[in-house]
Amino acid sequence: MTAPMDTATAEARPQEGRQKQDEAVENAIREKYKYGFYTDIETDRVPKGLNEETVALISGKKEEPEWMLDWRLKAYRNWLEMDEEDARWAKVSFPPIDYQDAYYYAAPKKKEGPSSLDEVDPDLLDTYEKLGIPLREQEVLAGVKNVAVDAVFDSVSVATTFKKELNKAGVIFCPISEAIRDHPELVKKYLGSVVPPGDNFFAALNSAVFTDGSFVYIPEGVRCPMELSTYFRINAAETGQFERTLIIADKGSYVSYLEGCTAPMRDENQLHAAVVELIALDDAEIKYSTVQNWYPGDENGVGGIYNFVTKRGACRGVNSKISWTQVETGSAITWKYPSCILQGDNSVGEFYSVAITNNMQQADTGTKMIHIGKNTRSTIISKGISAGRADQTYRGLVNILPKADGARNYTQCDSLLIGDECGAHTVPYIQSRNRTAAVEHEATTSKISDDQLFYCMQRGLDAEAAVSLIVNGFCREVMKELPMEFAVEAQKLVGISLEGSVG
Amino acid sequence: MLEIKNLHASVGGTEIIKGLDLSIGAGEVHAIMGPNGSGKSTLSYVLTGREGYEVTEGSVTFQGKDLLAMGIEERAREGIFLAFQYPVEIPGVNSATFLKEAVNAVRKHRGEDPLDAMTFLKLIREKREMLGVQEDKLKRAVNVGFSGGEKKRFEILQMAMLKPVFAVLDETDSGLDIDALRVVADGINNLRDPKRGMLVITHYQRLLDYIEPDKVHVLQDGKITRSGGKELALELEDKGYGEAAA
Repeated sequence: MTAPMDTATAEARPQEGRQKQDEAVENAIREKYKYGFYTDIETDRVPKGLNEETVALISGKKEEPEWMLDWRLKAYRNWLEMDEEDARWAKVSFPPIDYQDAYYYAAPKKKEGPSSLDEVDPDLLDTYEKLGIPLREQEVLAGVKNVAVDAVFDSVSVATTFKKELNKAGVIFCPISEAIRDHPELVKKYLGSVVPPGDNFFAALNSAVFTDGSFVYIPEGVRCPMELSTYFRINAAETGQFERTLIIADKGSYVSYLEGCTAPMRDENQLHAAVVELIALDDAEIKYSTVQNWYPGDENGVGGIYNFVTKRGACRGVNSKISWTQVETGSAITWKYPSCILQGDNSVGEFYSVAITNNMQQADTGTKMIHIGKNTRSTIISKGISAGRADQTYRGLVNILPKADGARNYTQCDSLLIGDECGAHTVPYIQSRNRTAAVEHEATTSKISDDQLFYCMQRGLDAEAAVSLIVNGFCREVMKELPMEFAVEAQKLVGISLEGSVG
Repeated sequence: MLEIKNLHASVGGTEIIKGLDLSIGAGEVHAIMGPNGSGKSTLSYVLTGREGYEVTEGSVTFQGKDLLAMGIEERAREGIFLAFQYPVEIPGVNSATFLKEAVNAVRKHRGEDPLDAMTFLKLIREKREMLGVQEDKLKRAVNVGFSGGEKKRFEILQMAMLKPVFAVLDETDSGLDIDALRVVADGINNLRDPKRGMLVITHYQRLLDYIEPDKVHVLQDGKITRSGGKELALELEDKGYGEAAA
């Protein structure tokens, strides 16, 4: 047993312990974004700036037919007429973007598109290994890990695995540039049918210069035999990524699609303006899951991705269903409202969202549920977590049109605050023009309590494990919607994103 | 195993513990009794390292180590356990998952491998049955929708799983009816061990009918004013704190 200490030491000691804890937290922050590496690979780029020539160059690089070029040019001219100011209604702030000072096309240098993985640059494959997607392994282990992967590196799609297996089922899963060449009738019919080129400033920009993305077509009555997955990666500097995804589920079909995103750490902000369109015909179902982990910038808000994305699904057929699940932890700014247009009678729209903002991140995200058909139903579960000096807004629209007899919506928005310098805002718009509709909205805002933290830590968990556990509990209703393989990754990501938020 | 010397502690600048001495050996169960506001709960938080409870003077030595120099989770991993007076709800966090995380954090600290799912489930079934905790409770979120008795039983279940070296039981009897009290007390008695120390904090004597302490201390105005055997508890019950402590 030690002798009693004098007063001074008794005071100083606990602080020492605290300092150690702070250091550990600081180290954790520094290590935080593990996808921040850059692959030194020869890049083929079109010159900086945006004009009709750039659009034509991109279209030329992709060997696109003339109708596609015309479509792009129309979108470009449309974009010129639009004012970015009009897209600034969201509760986010960022300096003016010089659209002429960016590259609109960057591709790993290679003459022909790869026809098999053996033709893919080994450095590139190495990058995907670092990201935890061993493409080669996936193809070899076919049937063991049942996920088909399309990987988009900057502006082009580098590899699509499991092609043969999918072909057997009649499923088309390929880079959209390939679909434009090989399946023009489908692309012509559906591209821009959910998000028209003039929909908004960023959608118009995307329509003019989109470079790659995935195309999925599930034929009538087919249940896609595996999860389809795309990994997006921004590698080159000063480059925007404008991917375009188009998914069509024909009558009575089903598909589950996952996307994951990462980018290197850079001081400048990079623009990511994607468009995703989903179309579900009669009795079809599309489940679309996102784990978005773009580089969020450093703790002072330097660098990071501007994630300005338009995602929309159309439930065109009767009894169709579209379900969006998103876990948004990255990006300096997130501006994104995955929506459902519920046209078909009895169609169902779902939106499950976890958005985490830490340090200086900003997010304005939510959904739109447009009820057009009879007995259409929608569910919105949104969980927002804000830490550091981050600011976050849930913005949602539930719009019941006059003919939507018996429409139902249930919305639940919960916000969790960590610390006292962050913000959370909820902006629900509800418009109902049908007397038989029922719309419910519930919202809560809470703080992660000292009681909860202390309780967990008294059981032996450190502060970060405790926060991760509590936040994952808070998000559980959304996390359980994720496909199994993604759920584990997403749970870890929640912990990583909040490292350093308590100390 | 636990040696408290001249402990002074404040909350928000107000001194609550004012020079407390207490020594508890391995295998011993001590009871601290005292009126409301005497500093009982403050003592439990000071021992577990809760933020906002500032030690201004004195020392606490646990198994030869300076307890006050350790962080909250370090103390927990070294074997200090607090059975909460008001167990905290953690929505969405499965009770079994919570227990597993806690058990494995402690095991890791001891240099042991984490328990695999099967061993964990077997262990938890054994302890659960002993305490009459239903299986479905463990599938629910931590303490969410638990009755007062269920919460206290879950605290003791956690204690049984974590096998602490030293346990502080803060008003574990509060909010329990007589049947629940008996079950909880049985659970605690089962955990008495020659290597384990316990500090039972209570307002009323009735808990001590079931858990027989080796020593009883009276805490008043931040100091221990009287210590004695278990008969002291009966005297307190009879005469009240004012007279008995005088």
